[in-house]
This record gives sequence, C-alpha cells and structure tokens, in this order.
Amino acid sequence: MSAEAEEIEGGRRHFLLVATTVTGLAGAALTAVPFLASWRPSARAQALGAPVEVPIGKVEPGSMIKVEWRGQAIFILRRTPEMLATLEDPALTGQLRDPDSKQSEQPEYAQNTARAARPEFLVVVGVCTHLGCAPIGRFQPRDAELGADWRGGFYCPCHGSKFDLAGRVFKDVPAPTNLRVPPYRFLNESTLLVGSDTEVA
Amino acid sequence: MSAAQSSNVSAAESRKGSLTAWIDARFPMTRMFKEHASEYYAPKNFNFWYYFGSLALVVLVIQIVTGIFLTMNYKPSAEDAFASVEYIMRDVDWGWLIRYMHSTGASAFFIVVYLHMFRGLMYGSYKNPRELIWIFGMLIYLCLMAEAFFGYLLPWGNMSYWGAQVIVSLFGAIPFGIGEVLVDWIRGDYYISDITLNRFFALHVIALPLALVFLVIAHILALHEVGSNNPDGVEIKKLKGPDGRPVDGIPFHPYYTVKDLVGFIVFAALFASVVFFAPEMGGYFLEHANFDPADPLLTPEHIAPVWYFTPYYAILRAVPNKLLGVVLMGAAVLIFFFLPWLDRAKVKSIRYRGWIFKTFLFAFATSFIALGYLGLQPATEGYTLAARVFTVVYFAFFLLMPWYSKIDKTKPVPDRVTYHAH
Amino acid sequence: MRIKKIFLGLAAGTLAALPAALWAAAPAGALQPANNDVSNQASLQRGARNFVNYCLGCHSARYVRYNRIAADLGLTEAQVEENLMFTGERVHDTMEIAMNREDAARWFGTVPPDLSLIARSRGTDYLYSFLKSFYLDPSRPTGVNNVVMPMTAMPHVLWDLQGYQQAVYEGETDASGNVEKRFKTLELAQPGTMSPQEFDQFVRDTVNFLDYIGEPMQLERRSLGLRVLAFLLVFFLFAYFLKKEYWKDVK
Repeated sequence: MSAEAEEIEGGRRHFLLVATTVTGLAGAALTAVPFLASWRPSARAQALGAPVEVPIGKVEPGSMIKVEWRGQAIFILRRTPEMLATLEDPALTGQLRDPDSKQSEQPEYAQNTARAARPEFLVVVGVCTHLGCAPIGRFQPRDAELGADWRGGFYCPCHGSKFDLAGRVFKDVPAPTNLRVPPYRFLNESTLLVGSDTEVA
Repeated sequence: MSAAQSSNVSAAESRKGSLTAWIDARFPMTRMFKEHASEYYAPKNFNFWYYFGSLALVVLVIQIVTGIFLTMNYKPSAEDAFASVEYIMRDVDWGWLIRYMHSTGASAFFIVVYLHMFRGLMYGSYKNPRELIWIFGMLIYLCLMAEAFFGYLLPWGNMSYWGAQVIVSLFGAIPFGIGEVLVDWIRGDYYISDITLNRFFALHVIALPLALVFLVIAHILALHEVGSNNPDGVEIKKLKGPDGRPVDGIPFHPYYTVKDLVGFIVFAALFASVVFFAPEMGGYFLEHANFDPADPLLTPEHIAPVWYFTPYYAILRAVPNKLLGVVLMGAAVLIFFFLPWLDRAKVKSIRYRGWIFKTFLFAFATSFIALGYLGLQPATEGYTLAARVFTVVYFAFFLLMPWYSKIDKTKPVPDRVTYHAH
Repeated sequence: MRIKKIFLGLAAGTLAALPAALWAAAPAGALQPANNDVSNQASLQRGARNFVNYCLGCHSARYVRYNRIAADLGLTEAQVEENLMFTGERVHDTMEIAMNREDAARWFGTVPPDLSLIARSRGTDYLYSFLKSFYLDPSRPTGVNNVVMPMTAMPHVLWDLQGYQQAVYEGETDASGNVEKRFKTLELAQPGTMSPQEFDQFVRDTVNFLDYIGEPMQLERRSLGLRVLAFLLVFFLFAYFLKKEYWKDVK
C-alpha cells in the first residue's frame, strides 16, 4: 500500500472513530436525561404542592394566621392602619437593609412599601432568610426583649434576625434579605389563594 | 503542520502523559487496561455466540442503574408497594421508562445468559482448564435466579404474591419437620406478608447485587487468567509468534471492543423494541394477573412462574411426589456444576465431536425449550406426560455424558483456529 | 449399531413428544374484539364522560389524576372540572370515590375493584364483552347475570341504554331423555334508549378510556420508541463500518 493510500485509510478510520464516539456519547447523554428528569417534583408532589385556598374573612385586624403550602408555613397578617403607618416612618426605614425590596424575592405586585398586593394583608413565607428557622410574630410595639423603639414585626429566635411588619429585614442582623413573598391572589373578599397568581392554574 | 500547532500538540500530549504517569504511580490504571483490554489476546475466530458475554455485562449495568432509580420511589411495604409502582409508572417523570427497562432487563438477562451458557455447552468452554470459570458462571446463574425471584415479589401484584407463596412452599417439602420451620423462617411470618416483602427487598437491592458483582469480577479474572476458548476449542496460547503473542490472538481492544459495540447496538435495538412497543411481551415479561394487587384470599386462575423459570417448574410438576419433585428440580440446576467432570471427550468444540454428542446436545436444548413451554401450560395429563419425557431427556444429557462423550468418535483438532479474513 | 438405535429412538421420542407439547389450549370463551383505538381523542373524551357518569359512582381509578386526563385528552382543566368532576375534588386529585369499602362490601357482597389497571389485567376484549353480556336472571340478587363473568355481583348499570337481554338456550336431549340446556345467544328482550350500534360504540369508547388509564403513557411510549430506533440505526451504521475498518487488519 502506498503512503498516500495509507493516509486515506487512516483518515477513514479516524472519521469513523470520531463519528462513532460522538454518536455514542450523544446517546449516553440522551439516556441520562430520563434518569435525571425523574428527580423533578413528581405529579404527586405537584398535586400536594398545589395552591391552597385560605379563608381570610374571619381574620381579625392585627392578628395573624398560618397555613401550610409546600411544606412551609405561610404567614398571613391582617394589618391595622396603625401598623401600616409605621412602614412609611423614616425612623424605621433608616434601620432597614433593603427597604425598597430591591434585593429580595417577591412577586412584582408585592414590591412596594407594604410588600403586598392589598396593603391590609401581608402574605410571607415564614422561613427566615438566614438559615431557615421559623420567625415569631412580635406585633406589639415596645417589646420587653426587642427594645423600646420596637414597632412590631417578626423576630427569629435562632440567630436574632429582626423583620418589620412588612417582613423587611433590619440592618445588623444575620438575615441577608427580606422575608420571601409567595405568589398569591384574592379569589374574592374572603378567600385568598396561596401558591398561584394567575387565572389558569 | 505549522510549528506552533505541533508544539501545542506535544504540550497537550506531555500533559496527558504526566497525568497518566501520576496515576500509574499510585494505581495500576495503564497496567490493568493492558492486561484486560489492549494486551489481552483473544482468539480471532469468535462468532455470533461470543457476543453474549459482554451483553450479559451490559444488562447487569442496566439492571443496577435502573434498579437504583427505582428504589428512589419504591416503597417496600405491603401497604404501599403496589401503589408505589403505579406512582413510578404515572407520577414520576420518565418513571415508566425506568421501570420498563428494569422489567424487560430481567427477561433480557436470562435470554442472554441462556445463550451464553449454550455457547459454553457447544464449544466445551467448561472443560479443563476453564472449570472455575464455569463454576463462577454457574454461581452467577444461581444468584441471578435468586435475584429474579426476590425481585418478582416487589411489585406486590397478585402473581408476585402467589409466585412467592408457591416457591417458598417448596422448602416445606423437606422432611422431619425441618421444612415447615424453614418456610416460616424464610417468610418471617405465617404467610407471605409485609415482613417477607421487606426482607426480599433487602436481598434484592443489596445482598444479591453485591454477590453478583463480585462473582462477575471473579468470572472475568478467571477467564483472563487462562484465556478465552473459541469455536474451534483450540488453545491459542500453545502457538506463539516470535513476539511471544499467540499467532491466532488479537488484542481485545480495539478489535473486540468495536465488534462488541456492534453487538451491543443490535441488542439495544431489540431491547428498545420490547421496552417501547411491547413491554408486557404478551404477558410473558409482565404478567396480566400482576396488574391486580396482591390478594391473600384469591389465587390467580392460572398460576405459572415467569418464563425463565418454567423449565424447572415443569420438571417439578412432572414428578408426582412433592419431595422428589423439589429434589429433581434442584438437581436440574445443580447438575450443571458437574459438567466439567462429566464430559470425558478429548475435544472441546462441537465442530470436532461425533454425532452422538450432537444428538444429545440437540435433544437437551429441545427438552429445555419444551419444558419451558410446558411450564407455562396447565398441568393436563398429556402435558404432564410430555414433561416427563423431556425431563428424562434433560437428565440423560448429563448422566449419560461420561459414557457417550467417551465413546463418541471425534475428529482431529487442527493446530490453528479456522478464520477467513473478510 | 444397537447404540445407534437407542439414540434414534431417543431422538424420535423427543420429536414425538413435541406435538403434544405444542398442542394449543382450547380458546377460553369467545370474546368479542373491542377494536378500540387509544389515539382517538374524541372516543377517549366520550369514554371519560361515560366513565364518570356510569362507573365512578362505585369504582375508583385511584392512580389517575384529573389534570393528567385533561392534558392527554386535549381538554383544558376548566373543561375537565366542569364536565368530569362533580364532588368537589381538585383538578390535581386522583379519581377516588366517596363510598367506603365496608359499605360497598355490604351492598354488593364484594368491593367493586379499582379500575385504574383493569384493562391491563383483564384485557380490552374481555371488558368490552363483559359490559355487553348482561342478561336477565331472576335467580340473581341483581336480577341479571353475565355470560362473560357468571355470577358477577355487578348490576346491569347500563340497562337504560342497552335495555335488557335474555339468554336463548338450545335444548339437547341426551340418551336418558333429559333435556340439557345449552347457552346459545343473547337477544334483546326490552330495548333501551340506544340502538345496538350506538350501545356498542358507547361501550367501545368506555373501554377505550379504560385502556388509556391503564397505561396513560402508551402513545408517548411508542412515538419515543421510533426515535430511539432511528438513533440506534445511525449509531449502528457508524459502529458497523468502524468494526469493518479495524478488522481489515486481522488476517
């Protein structure tokens, strides 16, 4: 065999080797897809994590209820006009890390001072943004533990993070961002749907 | 090639070289690759029957990978098992594919292993010096049967349930009160219950797979120690070239890696055809009665084991005495172990054996298939009679072998293997 | 030569036993073919409606989710909620029934089985034939019996659609003069609101739906299978020619 013919032979072998290897690797990658995808939340997990309807007609102003959605506590706080008034106070907002919720997680309709679609109702995920503990509602101003200038809010007992009545985080506490706001919408005056904010589920 | 390019290439090569050297100084990577692949010399005359060894390894990998993913969603309790399988089939993304691969893999495993064993029978691969390879292989086969049996209970369908009930009851045939104690001990309860399911699960997902992997490694190490047999039954190591390599041998890699790859793709196509177009395989791979949940009060109308056990089941039913049936069924499996010492022929391969061995092997293969068929049928009088005839043929193959393999007229075996370059 | 005779006898015996082994079992009752088609969405939609109206009162399909039905049958979730869901379930729920098992056992003498997998365990032809084979039998507590599943505890749920059938027997007198009744056929004694053709279609749609819920991914499975085989064909060609290329070396 001449050197030239040998080179052509080698080229053919090289081409087939590369083609087979590439096809084989592509096949292996495609085969891996179903296995990796099987780890996604299953239809049952999605069913269990489906939006929950919450009756809110009987929640007294100034009080809070908790519901469970996707294994997390959802805090629903019905705020009084006095509570809402504190949120605008420059003395308070000066102490907050992210008063305008720029670095925090919430739907568009909750990126405002009250962090709510309707100012009256605060809906937040009851999970501290620091390490996942459950904050406690401390709605009375001038709390014995939290100081004379406390205007009401949430307090995380694990590492002492503090949040105001809109779930906004204070400076100088471990939690980095405001409490998360889940998607939600009002089905009517007395029913809140937590977990979905669009018409079609 | 420009100077810049060539310097790049050599730099890349030296980097690669140094990494290999670094590893080789700490782990025998290159040495193992050479010993078992690039410098493992296999006879060049392997034929169709030599695909099934590598395919068995492929199926083992499929079963382990799909099995791991099934365990992530399966619940080994009588309360939840059946529902968790349907959960996998419906609610888990792609769960149906993983499950069908596993259920098809179980049958594929036996198809491949039976063909692999038949290859051994044809070409005398169990004969000196390969007795240990054969014994490891038979132990793999035993583990595989246990693995399949335990796995079959897990879906907790009605056939699973009654299949386990029948097979476990076989141990009750042991006399002197041992049988009954043993049966209770295996079940851990007075019937096939949640407790039984839980322990079968542990054996199926941990114990037997570990044993299987260990035995497969031993099987391959023993093979690579003595070298592969071939369709001519010629020992290629006896004739070495000046370079010290067998003249009829070729490096396993790349020649047999590329060849086995082709075999693998054909197998994958057949496997995919079942998984995607006939996962039940007409009720032979997934039995219809197993889509009803286990019901301890209601036996399925027609109860038969999965197809790969039916030859032995037919032997069991052919014997009118319970204990004797069980003994004969066990003997039908265990007798394979003695094959290296039963066969007294001077040649290995069927190519150089006389017509007596060929007749017996043909009769044996026929009886194995016929018994497999009969095991699936109801035990009518005609069928039972046929099963008895085939059982006799089955055992005659082994028990008469010391005699007929000796008197059979053999042909002279050549020094070189038969191979025509393509 | 005596030995040769033994072997020939052995081989002949083996071959002689084969026909007995291959002799097929007698057909297990004549079932009518369902001829359903799970790719027919309109039929599945009708079947789903039939199922919730006539079956779901007593039988659950506890592995089947309403929203999965919506997605697979080309319906919106709102359509499913409106047309297929009556008892305040949510669209993610599975098809459960309110009736509890003890009550069911008391009323019917047995618990009506879950139907999620009934098509896979019994087969579509069986279901199709079963649903069409109720006939009047005053000796039964339900007033009806069934040819396909004699002594079934299930009442004739579809009687208003099909009407009532009665069994026709042919008498056969044996040697001692006794007349032995042999079942011949079913004939319509009292027509229902549907013609026999309409009723067949009704049952076919229902069985089609049962076939679908038995294995909801079956259409997806087949279409993916074709793509996998196409891929393997390409892979085979490369690998085959690569093998030939390497094996040129082997002389």
